[in-house]
Amino acid sequence: MNKVVANADEAIKDINSGATLMLGGFGLCGIPENCIAALVRKGVNNLTCISNNAGVDDFGIGLMLQKKQVKKMISSYVGENAEFERQLLSGELEVELIPQGTLATRCMAAGYGMPAVYLLAGFGTEVAEGKEVRNFNGKNYILEHAFDSDFAIVKAWKGDTMGNLVFKETARNFNPMMAMAGKITIAEVEHLVKPGEIDPDHIHVPGIYVHRIFEGENYEKRIEQRTVRKRN
Amino acid sequence: MALNKEQIAQRIAKELKDGYYVNLGIGIPTLVANYIPEGVSVVLQSENGLLGMGPFPFEGDEDPDLINAGKQTVTTLPGSAIFDSAMSFGMIRAGKVDLTVLGAMEVADNGDIANWKIPGKMVKGMGGAMDLVAAAKNIIVAMQHTNPKGESKLLPKCTLPLTGVGCIKKVVSDLGVFDITPDGFVCIEYAPGVTIEEIKAKTAGRLKIADDVKEMVF
Repeated sequence: MNKVVANADEAIKDINSGATLMLGGFGLCGIPENCIAALVRKGVNNLTCISNNAGVDDFGIGLMLQKKQVKKMISSYVGENAEFERQLLSGELEVELIPQGTLATRCMAAGYGMPAVYLLAGFGTEVAEGKEVRNFNGKNYILEHAFDSDFAIVKAWKGDTMGNLVFKETARNFNPMMAMAGKITIAEVEHLVKPGEIDPDHIHVPGIYVHRIFEGENYEKRIEQRTVRKRN
Repeated sequence: MALNKEQIAQRIAKELKDGYYVNLGIGIPTLVANYIPEGVSVVLQSENGLLGMGPFPFEGDEDPDLINAGKQTVTTLPGSAIFDSAMSFGMIRAGKVDLTVLGAMEVADNGDIANWKIPGKMVKGMGGAMDLVAAAKNIIVAMQHTNPKGESKLLPKCTLPLTGVGCIKKVVSDLGVFDITPDGFVCIEYAPGVTIEEIKAKTAGRLKIADDVKEMVF
């Protein structure tokens, strides 16, 4: 078993134009910086990206938007990206906005082998248009389908060479369930260790879900909203 | 005098009860955390995957891996827990969160809310708002009573795309506190110095004034 690849370029080498990708992260927290940079370098386009957010103008998925590599975004919130809003309002970019919990759960369903789930969010809104509705215990639920994604690209704090992953703080966010949902899952980690160096009880995503892993480099970890209080 | 944002937050904080798990949205709702009453202990949920959200970090202690749902740097507290987004919305959907406070562009007198999209103008997305309003047991909206043009945001029917239907129970605006009932908005408190006439003039939806309406006390 060898899941370790040398770097981001090797990890994404078979991602071609037209592919559907999941990209982990919430805002700029826990995003796969190295793989995004490699996708920009490779210049693939017509991508469908499933990601909670679309980065900011000059970082994260924003870098791919600048190069017009994205055909369609499936996200819950895109408010931090002016270029995104411009492409969307001008019709250059297709977008499907879906509730954040629905996004997470559609990833989870894929990772758990469930074709669809009934969810509350969005009943009576445009999110529910054209979808099957069913009443359970007096409440109306919408049928939402599991995502079908060619690749999932996630970022973990630590991983071992067998693909077991551990996340740090709120950089966990969408990463675990996306890791479980990809047909091919690529994990970039800050620390790549040998099997046995992570306590099995502490593993968040077991390696069975991860196909390729590498230790990333030069993480910028940009902060979107730096909020602090003064020391007394 | 209409309330300022801090005062709206301060009034909402009086709704917090000991032991509550609370999700505070972005904007005025975030300020509620500054006014938690003495003797009341609540746990703040941030839907990106944190229970037990602490205050902003001290200068120099910011951690890019530790943020809230508004992408602000925050801290953990003793007893905090971190989890993934699916579990986060699982606990919301399962009704474990006792109170949700969020902002709105429009609220209708039947409890409908619109806060995520202005067609052709602003497309930011709903984030977790649709999940929260669909599932939370108790939802309070913090909002300005009118838009910058002076038009009522408490309406007979929302004009913008909906976030949720029939889900809002209470609105705290700069003019007062309003329960949402089968009879529409019921004004239960008015802000100091605000008249019932002003509230009536600025509320487009069905409005009743509670028999025991009183001036808000801080």
